[in-house]
Amino acid sequence: MVLFLIASGLSLIFGVTRVVNFAHGSFYMLAAYLAYTLAGALPLGGASFYVAVALAALAVGAVGTLVEIALLRRVYRAPELYQLLLTFALVLVVSDVVKLVWGSENKTGPSAPGLTGAVRVAGQLVPTYDLALIALGPCVAAALWWLFYRTRWGVLIRAATLDREMVALLGVDQARLFTGVFALGSLLAGLAGALQLPRVALTTVMDAAIITEAFVVVVVGGMGSVPGALLAAVVIGVIDAFGVLLLPRASLVLTFVVMAAVLVVRPWGLMGRPEAQGRSAGGTIIAGREVAVPRALIVGLAALLLAIPPLLPTFYVWVLVEILAFALFAASLHLLMGTGGMVSFGHAAAFGMGAYGAALLVRWVKAPMLLALAAAPLAAAATAVVIGFFCVRLSSIYFAMLTLAFAQIAYAIAHQWYDVTGGDNGLLGIWPARWLASPVRYYYLALAASGAGLAVLAVAGRAPFGLTLRAARDHPRRAEAVGIDVRAHQWLAFVVAGFFGGLAGGIFVFLKGSVFPESLAVAVSVEPLVMVLLGGVQSLAGAPVGAALYKLLDTVVTRYTEYWQLVLGVILVAIVLVFPRGILGTLGARGRG
Amino acid sequence: MSPRRTLVALAAVVVLGAAALGAAQTTIRIGEINSFSGIGAPFTGPYWNGVQLAIDEVNARGGVLGKKLDVLKRDDKGQPAEAVKHAQELVASEQVVLIAGTFLSNVGLAVSDWAKQNKTLFVAAEPLTEALTWSKGHDHVVRVRPNTYEQGRMLAEKAGKLKYTKWATIGPNYEYGKRAWETFRDRMKELKPDVQVVEERWPALGKIDAGIEVGAILAKNPEALYVSLFGSDWITFVREAKKRGLFDRMFVVGILLGEPEYIDPLGLEAPEGMLVTGYPWYDIAAPAHKDFVARFTKKYDKNPVLGSLVGYITYLSIVDAIRKAGSTETDKLVAAFRGLKVDTPIGPISYRASDGQSTMGAWVGTTKLDAKRGVGIMVNHEYVPGDNVLPSDDEVKKLRSGS
Repeated sequence: MVLFLIASGLSLIFGVTRVVNFAHGSFYMLAAYLAYTLAGALPLGGASFYVAVALAALAVGAVGTLVEIALLRRVYRAPELYQLLLTFALVLVVSDVVKLVWGSENKTGPSAPGLTGAVRVAGQLVPTYDLALIALGPCVAAALWWLFYRTRWGVLIRAATLDREMVALLGVDQARLFTGVFALGSLLAGLAGALQLPRVALTTVMDAAIITEAFVVVVVGGMGSVPGALLAAVVIGVIDAFGVLLLPRASLVLTFVVMAAVLVVRPWGLMGRPEAQGRSAGGTIIAGREVAVPRALIVGLAALLLAIPPLLPTFYVWVLVEILAFALFAASLHLLMGTGGMVSFGHAAAFGMGAYGAALLVRWVKAPMLLALAAAPLAAAATAVVIGFFCVRLSSIYFAMLTLAFAQIAYAIAHQWYDVTGGDNGLLGIWPARWLASPVRYYYLALAASGAGLAVLAVAGRAPFGLTLRAARDHPRRAEAVGIDVRAHQWLAFVVAGFFGGLAGGIFVFLKGSVFPESLAVAVSVEPLVMVLLGGVQSLAGAPVGAALYKLLDTVVTRYTEYWQLVLGVILVAIVLVFPRGILGTLGARGRG
Repeated sequence: MSPRRTLVALAAVVVLGAAALGAAQTTIRIGEINSFSGIGAPFTGPYWNGVQLAIDEVNARGGVLGKKLDVLKRDDKGQPAEAVKHAQELVASEQVVLIAGTFLSNVGLAVSDWAKQNKTLFVAAEPLTEALTWSKGHDHVVRVRPNTYEQGRMLAEKAGKLKYTKWATIGPNYEYGKRAWETFRDRMKELKPDVQVVEERWPALGKIDAGIEVGAILAKNPEALYVSLFGSDWITFVREAKKRGLFDRMFVVGILLGEPEYIDPLGLEAPEGMLVTGYPWYDIAAPAHKDFVARFTKKYDKNPVLGSLVGYITYLSIVDAIRKAGSTETDKLVAAFRGLKVDTPIGPISYRASDGQSTMGAWVGTTKLDAKRGVGIMVNHEYVPGDNVLPSDDEVKKLRSGS
């Protein structure tokens, strides 16, 4: 039921504002810690705990309101994904704030007074607190139902979820509506976090542990549908319970397999509805024309990249190699999300499959390094053929979540298949051939591979293939009408993106010498997303710019402070506020006046 | 700025930079890589306290080879790839003489493989995987903390003397959890051939569905349960298990669960009567250790935990190795670590020539609540030195040739 609370808040926020709120898990964590401190400090005896839960939820609701007014509101006019970048920055900031205030040691919260025992139900002891939570779920659901179906505010919320342009046209103050929704959503996340106090340990990573699962529930239920979230939370809960008992080895992925199955059968979740087709021409992701980067600048940069490495200290050569790998990785994602309008939350699948493809060849058939590197993009492209086949049938957030599901499945396989992948201990000793092992030589190999990849992606973007993809992105129905096979093109784009994402993974694995399931984790999917948005989603050049900026910032900040998340998060917020369309997007818009 | 002024400023920068480099050579630099954020964060803060205590004490006595020690600390964020990046930076840009630290097994393995490739010495502090010194072992890695195999075996030697034959286990779905159980189970079967296993539970790390796991274990009705759950999962498990009466119905054996890192956060919710490995810092009679606790508490105003002790011993060992080598050259340090003897607050330990594993041991004892301090403690504990449970040099040779 805790899952229902957090998911209903997330669903509500997305349904009305279209903000993919990565920080929802952070609000949950923040409330748990707040309630922990309050429950200990309040002099109210047995009631302290319950008052603390309520106060923590309210406080987090207030924090959410503040975040919406102070930050998100400033970027509503930017392409809608930029709010995602902001919420990502918030995740970093909240994580370090919690660490600063409460320390990073694990903590055990108080029990709920009066609900510490257990009762026997069908032969099993069930804690009374769990029963109370189970009872609370429907109560909250009923309260939300009343709010949505019996108040004017609720009517507006429902209308905005279905068609927010129409609501705006009818003269409803969107800003206030959005603030209200964000406050309510955050409050629900806060309530969920505070209520976990008697059940789980407080840790500084509890935000990451809950957020993906919350997204799964939201998507299975149908974005924006609170009854859907309730149904999905129950379904996922039950399947989890049985799965843990019947198929313990699959417990890592069971929820994702369920989500994939639901989305294949019902592309808008159990109780969601197809989205209203946007009226305005032009996709919702890309606003504005492509930003042209002067050719002279590109040539100059290429010359610099060719000339400078022998003069640089060794470590910076390694950093450049990493930037090259991520520039290609982000650029491959750009083909999907920029040109194709398909935002992927699972692009790590391409990166990781490339890395594992190369590493497995080296490990099991002692393949020469260059052959293994060449195999990396092929392995990733082959995987993308399969994943893409299912994913391109969906759109928007459902597409994103299905790609995430597949990436998680790949992660689980890499993690559990000890005999082949080495499981969580990974594959070691994946180093470049001797004649390529020196930093500068490996750099030139990476430059050649990444440069060629970027060039191909640039050409593809401008070729009829890229233009067709844009047509499909901006107006799928019209594109179909003129005879374009939208799905086939999108599928092909998925495979091409997978190919180059895999090449990036291949470059990366020989840089690091080892590969672990972490290369398939959610964080690896989020990084290129952040890079593309940071650089500017309007043009391919934004991807390498974003990659370089993000990696350099990360490298420098991590080097100088323990609280790198806080510093990096604040810098990201500042960048988004100053460059609300990404660096290149904003510069391009200014250049045009 | 006029061109001439710019030139002067540049020259000043170059001179100052050169001076800084010159100054750098009067210290010995050591690179410390650890998970100061992410899943390892609860453990690495107290570890770093131990490191600083050791460094401050050594430097206060004038350092080693006439030079002070300078430890450069980097956060691997719990990511192996990030740790490798720091290793590259520390060695290439900062000229550290060796790399030390790490907590998570996968991070330790990644750094170790990098060290092997780049001929840099890696002094692994806390990662527990046996592979580090055995199947993936090499000349350029040594490890301080007793590994999974050793601790599993210590517990089996005790549990094998008890009456329980019907066993179940629960641990994270990681190599750590699997190996912690396998070494224990295999030794148990040698000691008590009638031991049978009725249930194995491997919940996902950090995502335990504790109520369901407890129900599944209770349903199989084992006499005893072996637990290798990690940090926060263990806390969550305890809370659900207590509500469902698990601890009243079976004997529980827990690897690491007596370490203050694991037992302190539980406060008075810590289960009593468990057989655990851990670190009873409050109850170790050796004067050298009492003094260590006093110095630590004075400096940080809190008690040491196992990580603090490991951090302290790791850097004592590094200092002794440098002193023995009489140099900071990698080859000489590698040679110095083979068979190195170190006097630690818990008595002498040595680094085995065959695998670089230290002979630091662990305490095995029973948990009990200490109402006065409001936490669980270990009683009837006994220190088991690593030598008692480590495989022989011949066996190590076999383990190492397997890879």
